[in-house]
Parts: sequence; C-alpha cells; structure tokens
Amino acid sequence: MIIVQQKPLNEIFEMAKNFKSLLILGCDGCASIIQVGGERQAEILKTLLEMNKKLKGEDAPNVKAMSTLRQCDRQITASSLNPLVEEYEAVISLACGVGIQTLADLYPTKVIIPANDTKFIGMHDTKAEKFVEMCKACGDCLLFETSGICPVTRCAKSLLNGPCGGQAKGKCEVGGWKRDCAWVLIFNRLKERGHLDLFTKVREERDFRVSEPPRELGKSEEKETAK
Amino acid sequence: MTKAVYSDLMQQLSEGRFVFTGELEPVKTTNLHEVLEGAKALKGHVVAANVTDNPTAFAYMNALIPSYMIQKEVGLEAIYQMTTRDRNRIALVSDLLAAAAVGIKNVLALTGDHTTVGDNPQAKPVFDLDSATLVRLIRKMVDEGVDLNKNKIEDPPKFHVGIGANPNADPLEPEILKIERKVKIGAEFVQTQCVYDIERAKRFVEATSYLNIPVLIGIAPFKSIAMMEWMVKFVPGIFVPDEIQQRLRRAKEKGGKEAVLQENVEIFGDLVREVRKTTKADGVHLMAVGFEWIVPKVIEKSGIK
Repeated sequence: MIIVQQKPLNEIFEMAKNFKSLLILGCDGCASIIQVGGERQAEILKTLLEMNKKLKGEDAPNVKAMSTLRQCDRQITASSLNPLVEEYEAVISLACGVGIQTLADLYPTKVIIPANDTKFIGMHDTKAEKFVEMCKACGDCLLFETSGICPVTRCAKSLLNGPCGGQAKGKCEVGGWKRDCAWVLIFNRLKERGHLDLFTKVREERDFRVSEPPRELGKSEEKETAK
Repeated sequence: MTKAVYSDLMQQLSEGRFVFTGELEPVKTTNLHEVLEGAKALKGHVVAANVTDNPTAFAYMNALIPSYMIQKEVGLEAIYQMTTRDRNRIALVSDLLAAAAVGIKNVLALTGDHTTVGDNPQAKPVFDLDSATLVRLIRKMVDEGVDLNKNKIEDPPKFHVGIGANPNADPLEPEILKIERKVKIGAEFVQTQCVYDIERAKRFVEATSYLNIPVLIGIAPFKSIAMMEWMVKFVPGIFVPDEIQQRLRRAKEKGGKEAVLQENVEIFGDLVREVRKTTKADGVHLMAVGFEWIVPKVIEKSGIK
C-alpha cells in the first residue's frame, strides 16, 4: 500500500490558518489501514485544530471531519463530496498525493491542504515494527528473476548487477550496515533454488523512459504491452 | 578478452610480469601540485597509478584532468577511475571520449560509494549504469565503436577496462560470481580493495583463478595509528591481524611517527613478498594516498624486481 505520514501539526495549522470553514477529509484506503489518514484521524485533527484556535483566542472555524472510501477514485470521491464540499473554503486531505491531487482536479477552485507526506509504496514489517519500501513502480518488473526481492527498490543503488561491494556480512553500507543487502538476499534465495544462473546473468542497463515521470497508461500504451 | 594492447599496464600483464600499480587522490582543491608530486614519487616504481573519482562520495577535483596531467607532466600512466554514482550514461560517454582524446589508456569501472556516505549526503545519487553496465559501455565503445544505443563514434577510443573487487566481502561467493559476470562482459583486470591478511589474499586469488583475469591485490599501508584504528573500528569487513596492529603500536611507543612509517615498510614489504610467493596474483595495487613516497620503499623491501 501507499505509506503516508502526517506532517507536523504546526505546518498543517499554518496552511489552514486563514480559512473560516474547513472540510477535513480522510481516506478509507491505505491511509486508513495504516491508521494515519482514516476517518478517526480526521476527527482527531478536527479536535486539535479547534483546540489550537481556542488556545490562541481566535474564532473557531466551521470544521467538518469525514472520510471517503478511496480518495484516489474520482467517482467515489465526487459522489460523497457533492454538493457538500461547496460549503467549505478549503479541504484538508489526509490521503496520499494521489488522493490530494484527485481533489484538486475535481475542485479546481478549492484550496486543498495536504496533511500528510506521501512516503512510498511499502508494507508493514511486523517484526521490526516499521513500514518498509517494497516497490518503486519502475514500470519494468523483474521480480521473477530476482526471486521476489526487488533490487530496484531494496538496493540503495538500485543495481541490476549487484551486490556493489559495499555490503559487509550481508548488510548495506547505506544507513550504517543495519539493513539487509538486497543482492545478498537475492543470492541466498537463488542459491537455495539452484538458480545461480539468474544471479550471474548480465542484466543490461535499464530503459528509464518507462520509469520516469510523468507516466501515463491508456489505450495506446496498453496496445504496446499486448504486442 | 581483447588481444590488442594499448597500455603499459596491459603490456606488462600480458607478458606475465608481476606488476605494481599506485594510487593518487585529487582532493578538494584547485591545485595539482600534490597529485603531481605523488606521481613523481611513484614514477619508475609502478607501471601505472589509479586516479580516484570522488572517493567515498566526497566532492573532489574531477579525476580526468589529474589523469591527463600525470601522464603529460610526469610520464606516469594513469588508470582513470570512473564511478556510476555521479554521472548518467550521457555524461559517462562524454567523459570517456574526452579521456581517450587526451591519451588515457586504462579505465577502472566502479559503481561508487553511495552519496549518503559522502560530504554532500543530500545529493541525488545517479546510478544510471552500474559497474557491470559501465564495463559493457566501454567494451561497446572500444570493440564496436558505438555507445550503448548503437550511436556511432568517430575514432573510437582504445581503453583497457578494469574492475574493483573486495576480497573481504562476506559472503564471498556473490562477490566472485559478480566478477564472473563482469569478465563475461569483457573486464580485463581486477584491482582489489585492501587486504591485510595473506590468507584472505590467497583465498581470493584461488576463488577467481577459474576466470583467467589478472588480479592485483590491494595493499594499503597505514599512514598513522589513528588511521589504522579508524579502519578497524569503522570499516566493516576489514580485518587487520593482531600482529600487525601490535607491531605498529609498539613502533609508535618506541619511536613515534617515524618509527610507525618504518615499521609499515617492514610489514607491508613482507606482505607484498608473501602475495608474490604464495599466491598466483598478477600484481599488487599499492594505496598510500598522501604518502606515496612509501611505495618505492615497500617494493624495495619486498625484494621483487
């Protein structure tokens, strides 16, 4: 899923300070699952915003907290916000960057305030109690060859022909030899499977045209893939 | 492997001579004096010297100009180091063309330390290519006269391309297989990171012997006790045998800095001789950045002519 992290409160308050009416909008997708941007977090932010105004001795704005099923889905979001959104000067979005931009696209006259920083596509490592990045959306998946471990994402240098030599005892030089070297993980797994031919295989340089923004996928691009 | 010989380094390797290479490190300066002085100290003792490319991701003087200058001013052949950290394939081709234009004959293709370990850790890391695909690029330029996208090059360059390797890698097997991969692409020689223990050198040379690629074992004397202690403490994977550590510490107690340097000559002269005597290594890469004068003494002590 898409991992988001709430911005420092004072930054959110600063962006929101001039608005008399605000809609705080959570997202029931990824942001809610990781308990950063769901309905509950929208309610909490509403309370904090109101408290902050009170402490400063300012008038309380008209604030409503709610969430949509998936903020990144135009139709779902439009159907839950129309026409309610017209009552508010600005929307504070607790979704990822896609959700925020979907709102901005749907309501070009509204100011959309991002409450979160969008961090990465990742998963929850329950053992280490943290979220870890798993996919760079590079557009050219090679997970079959690398036994389900992505070197583009999990190698700090995104090497296709690793390891780089900066590993020691299977740990990466980046971040002080704490993280696993993805290429050593790949090596171990391919060795177990008796497939070191996939390790020694020469992978040619990447075509970054499929990885670089801004990317689009439509009818014509789908045809390309089907060829 | 290509048969043509363009450089003195490759000439000596192809003759089966035990070769010595040195290392020079341009730093954050506009002054070439120190690099040229270092080159003068190495000249006549090593066949060629590596010129480092922003080592450990510190933003230093571009390696190409000093590589050119040591050849032109001192007559010492350069091994121009190139990492993939700071330049994409466009910039790499561009610098390789310029390198060939000014007579560079050897290139060492490296991935490069990550930007975050350097002196501008906020920088965007490039890694458009990696060391393997950089070797591929150089091979295509030299052998086919084209770049990676098959664009034709007028007057193609004539380089020999080397690679780095780490005999201290743990696990070692992926490191060896990685060299295999690069030999398959056309790497022509290996220079290793520093080894302090003859057993590691032996193990590495034996493990790579099936690849039939010349291997130069990296040996790096210690400029000071502080440098040794720093390496032991902070560079994972580096193993400095107790005996070496104790000998250097004892030397310091007895005779201070000078005695440490003298003891280095003894220790590393012996280590070089051991590499020559007990392994099938093709040479030694001596790294003594900032005290290059010690290299001739170490070689002399080793007794290798």
